[in-house]
Amino acid sequence: MKLLRADRLAELAAALAARGYRVIAPIRQGRIVRLAEWRPGAAIETAGISANSVKDFLFPRSEIIDRYSLNGGDFVQKEVTPEAIKTVALAVRPCDAGSVSVLDTVFNWDSNDAFYNARREACTVVSLACVRADEHCFCTSVGGSPGSSEGADAVLRAAGGGEQLIFEPLTPKGRALAEAAGGALAEGEAAADPVAEIPLRFDIKAVRDWLAGNFESPLWQEFASACLGCGACAYACPSCHCFDMQDESNRKESVRYRNWDSCGLALFTLHTSGHNPRSTQTARWRQRVMHKLSYIPQRFNLTACMGCGRCSRLCPNGLAISETCEKIARLCKANHEGGTP
Amino acid sequence: MNIYKPVVMRLLEAREEAPDVRTFRLEFLDAAARSDFFSRYRVGQFGLYGVPGAGESTFCVASPPTRQEYIECTFRKNGRVTQALQDREAGQCITFRGPYGNCFPMDSWRGKDILFVAGGIALPPVRSVIWNVLDRRSDFGAVTIVYGARTAADLVYKDELEQWGARPDVNLMLTVDPGGQTPEWKGKVDFVPNLLKALPAAANSVAVVCGPPIMIKLSLPVLRERGFSTADIYTTLENRMKCGVGKCGRCNVGPMYVCKDGPVFTAKQLETLPQADM
Repeated sequence: MKLLRADRLAELAAALAARGYRVIAPIRQGRIVRLAEWRPGAAIETAGISANSVKDFLFPRSEIIDRYSLNGGDFVQKEVTPEAIKTVALAVRPCDAGSVSVLDTVFNWDSNDAFYNARREACTVVSLACVRADEHCFCTSVGGSPGSSEGADAVLRAAGGGEQLIFEPLTPKGRALAEAAGGALAEGEAAADPVAEIPLRFDIKAVRDWLAGNFESPLWQEFASACLGCGACAYACPSCHCFDMQDESNRKESVRYRNWDSCGLALFTLHTSGHNPRSTQTARWRQRVMHKLSYIPQRFNLTACMGCGRCSRLCPNGLAISETCEKIARLCKANHEGGTP
Repeated sequence: MNIYKPVVMRLLEAREEAPDVRTFRLEFLDAAARSDFFSRYRVGQFGLYGVPGAGESTFCVASPPTRQEYIECTFRKNGRVTQALQDREAGQCITFRGPYGNCFPMDSWRGKDILFVAGGIALPPVRSVIWNVLDRRSDFGAVTIVYGARTAADLVYKDELEQWGARPDVNLMLTVDPGGQTPEWKGKVDFVPNLLKALPAAANSVAVVCGPPIMIKLSLPVLRERGFSTADIYTTLENRMKCGVGKCGRCNVGPMYVCKDGPVFTAKQLETLPQADM
């Protein structure tokens, strides 16, 4: 098997960068660790989970999708060619890798989004199995696991009490990466360390069953009462993919951007007539929960929440989708046992 | 292929329909784009019409696929994009993406009576169906059109209303809300749902209903009473949209994407969706 010393991830990054990869890795930026482009000398921090997710590099927060040159009232359309540079997302979390299947599906289920696909095809995802988790992690409750390799091209697993990392290629892209790594990976034998224990927080099936029949429940008001409607959860979420399209122009040129958007924001569904189907924050929080845990599962047989906990780590008011699910699950259990919640 | 890249169309003519409401007649600059559009276009589908620098707006295609020289759309000036569109003059260009969404299942309507019910600015999505039916008139049974607006000035397609009214094979009923009539007004002064009460009982009929939510809400029980099943009542939704191709998530209602699963729905389908999100 292929091994490297855990404190030499930056050497692997350097080897890959030398072979033409743009290396994305968890890097400290002030008080937080973010996935960002690795530069020589930067340390790769694998202790916690990065504030942002791999989504940022497959579906960036803002990108140009159409372009025109302007001349008075006339315009000429310019070609915008989807392109991407060869990238490796190194030491991202299994929940990040898992989220890619949601993005793959949404951007390809009916027609193919060439902008997303160009980045996706150019990206090799190397996840790092979690040996630690925090109180926000709940991947095991939504079908994930800290050791999952789903969606990854290669997996790194801690071994020898954290001294070493096993590099396990899983796909042709992962094997190409191993080859590119050259001497940064050594042959050897090691036993993987146990992965983190992440307790089951709720029964997802019970939650889904409740969601299917309780759109009108007055409890939504209670669930949503802490939501400020800032949209931070959607931006941090690895699988949230809703977007807006906006034009920006000067006298000579107009470009059309697609920008991240969020169903939590009040303007998201506002009609020109003034009618807003989701006019309250309660309706918007309900949409967020339903879209992830009921609508996408119904439509695509996928769960659009990875249990990474980024939303609740970031929420300025302590709201967590896991907590909504826990409340629902408790309610179901109490109803099932004939008591009151 | 960039699925968000529009085609460029030239504005041939902008007709004034009602205050702030115009109909654009548009031609494709490119023959391949035109034949691609008409190879896919069915009545009920919509498009995104744009002006670079302002953005795009969603309207139905208001002309039928039986007229292949141009496409038309009718819209009210109500915001930044619709203002920029109405500022365009004949000869200038706009951008267009489409046709998107599903369509009215006209082939399953062969031999049936068809009732059209429309209110105000919601006649355009019905108009493409009306013309498609009239252009294939012998395929269908009796055709009834009930159309109302707040005032006589708010009625759109006034020339076409005259054409339809003059046809012996069309029963046209026009109405304006009380207070909306002019001295010359010859139609009814009443609300659309009340006119429906006088219709003969439905037998082998379908209804196409488009209008403000209150008109639809009050019309549905009357139609049920006249014998229409909810599976035979069609409408078209106009949610806010951006991408039009089932990616951006904006028009998601329940498990549906209005841009892909709609915009055409039967009343029966709408009953299954979360009403509070509509």
